[in-house]
Amino acid sequence: MKLFEYRGKELFGKYGIAVPKGKLVKDEKDFSGLNFPLILKAQVPIGGRGKAGGIKPVDNLKDAEKKLSQILGMDIRGYTVGKVLAEEQADIKNELYLSISLDRTKRMPCIMASAKGGMDIESVLDEEIFKEWVNPLIGIQLFNIRNILSKLDLGRDESKGASKVLSKIYKLFREYDCELVEINPLVITGDGSVMALDSKVIINDDAMFRHPDIAPELVELTPLEKDAKEKGIAFIQLDGNIGVIANGAGLTMATLDALTHFKGAGGVFLDLGGTDDPEKVKQAFELMKKAKPKVIFLNLFGGITKCDTVAKGVKAVITKEGIDCPVITRIKGMNEDAAKDILKDAGLITATTLQDAAQQSSDLAGGA
Amino acid sequence: MSIFVDEKNKLVVQGATGHQGVFHIGEMLGFGTKVVAGVTPGKAGQEVHNVPVFNNVGNAVNETGADTSLILVPARFAKDAVFEALDAGIKTVVTITENIPFHDAMEFVHYAKYKDAILIGPNCPGIASPGKSKIGILPGSIFLEGDVGVASRSGTLTYEIVNSLKEKGIGQSTCVGLGGDPIIGTTFIDALDAFEADKETKAIVLVGEIGGTAEEDAAEHIIEHISKPVFAFIAGRTAPPGKRMGHAGAIIARGKGTAESKIKAFEKANVKVAKFPTDIADQVEKYS
Repeated sequence: MKLFEYRGKELFGKYGIAVPKGKLVKDEKDFSGLNFPLILKAQVPIGGRGKAGGIKPVDNLKDAEKKLSQILGMDIRGYTVGKVLAEEQADIKNELYLSISLDRTKRMPCIMASAKGGMDIESVLDEEIFKEWVNPLIGIQLFNIRNILSKLDLGRDESKGASKVLSKIYKLFREYDCELVEINPLVITGDGSVMALDSKVIINDDAMFRHPDIAPELVELTPLEKDAKEKGIAFIQLDGNIGVIANGAGLTMATLDALTHFKGAGGVFLDLGGTDDPEKVKQAFELMKKAKPKVIFLNLFGGITKCDTVAKGVKAVITKEGIDCPVITRIKGMNEDAAKDILKDAGLITATTLQDAAQQSSDLAGGA
Repeated sequence: MSIFVDEKNKLVVQGATGHQGVFHIGEMLGFGTKVVAGVTPGKAGQEVHNVPVFNNVGNAVNETGADTSLILVPARFAKDAVFEALDAGIKTVVTITENIPFHDAMEFVHYAKYKDAILIGPNCPGIASPGKSKIGILPGSIFLEGDVGVASRSGTLTYEIVNSLKEKGIGQSTCVGLGGDPIIGTTFIDALDAFEADKETKAIVLVGEIGGTAEEDAAEHIIEHISKPVFAFIAGRTAPPGKRMGHAGAIIARGKGTAESKIKAFEKANVKVAKFPTDIADQVEKYS
């Protein structure tokens, strides 16, 4: 789960990392206690908000009111701005980049640092980004910190400040099960102190049960995706018009790929997982119907999951609730013959191979 | 021969008395696996399909000589279960559990390395060496003894591919499900090295998916170290960047981990990449 900037900064505060003085603002009353000039920052879970006009400096209250009303409600790449953070401007001498993320290949936390802070890290050259890996069993050690910070060419006090921030964000990274903690920029101010001007914190969804203090934020999901998440069904909305129901993430992806090959376009990706529970099958079909696909393509491989049990579940939903689009099925594995009979009986189209089923679905959907 | 597991492995199942545990102990016994013990805290003295249940892995190891463990416990207890197995001297741990926090996985993957143990998973279907042993939840009916090694990041897709091999009469030496998480113990490279060293294995099938760089790393390794023919499939060619496609590992982020980059890497390593999952069986058949 990606935290909004202000929530990431709340966590920074908890760990003793300095951030600019600021608060969320809704109207002119909220500016009391803050000293102008300020920066207004739209709170959205994606990058690029500065370019989209979501970050504005303001000099006085009148200016602030005007610009706040421009930012609130603004659309930034599909997200409506509902919250704005107002912060006092920092006296910036130097901008650094600092992050800890997961290195999947080494299976270790990876610290990245660069003297080129304040810009999109993707645009920084590889040789200007330094890396250091931490063995998760022993945790961050002083040598790790020395190794990486010595490459940044900092003064003695700056280096001391940065090393404190680094050990604090490592602690935060581990204690809050983070996928990413990024500070860009980490600034050295005129008086030599170190301050996080931005925050990007992503917490591993699978570990949320350990963090009851972090309220969930489902902003990245569409309403139907939220509904599915609450029901425990893997469901993703894409741009096409063919609804795909399959079991297993890999098979579902392979099914979408096959559709694309035949010029079809997957609209919804629904992974039944290892279930043949009729109630789950029913919920899956209901969700799929709400997504209004032109064609539904059911692609199942029954291993431990028995094909006929799933087929019975499908037949039950369709006979009871009806369905207003063609359903192509391709079912393989344990008890497949019985399953095909049940599906044919329910008036569904049964295909034998993935290719055949993908072609039929794509043709019926009439391209993308 | 086979890789990682054979008829000699003595298995303890952690999480033996739950619905999954009871069902899969039955399935594994039916496949020929030597399931010697189960573990569920507080349930010592019970039996599951005549397999004795113990309160902890230490007791199970002392009483039965178990050397391999299957982890079927819920995600929040999985780290504890893996550490317990490794501390009791278990040398092969297969972790089926999905949704394990990746910080936990990071810790037990490193601890397994330190203990010189094989760790397969997490979030995987397990491993099967047909005719010898199956440790996991893979359906026994899809396998056939033979000489093709299969390593995969996927579950159902693997069953589909193995089943299509069987339909053409092509058997498998070992099929290992590596898992769909960002952090896994045994990697494509580990499996490739083991298959290369295994005299029985004549060809290798890799089933990959988008996300991470495991396939690119494998392709580079193949060029240097693998002489046997390798065939591959990559799921997620058409997945949009930034969308998590079911598996936690299957996400294209920062422009890395795309299917194109994986296919290109494989082709450079002279690995045939199939367009559809079941095409792999045709390609392997043509070769053999």
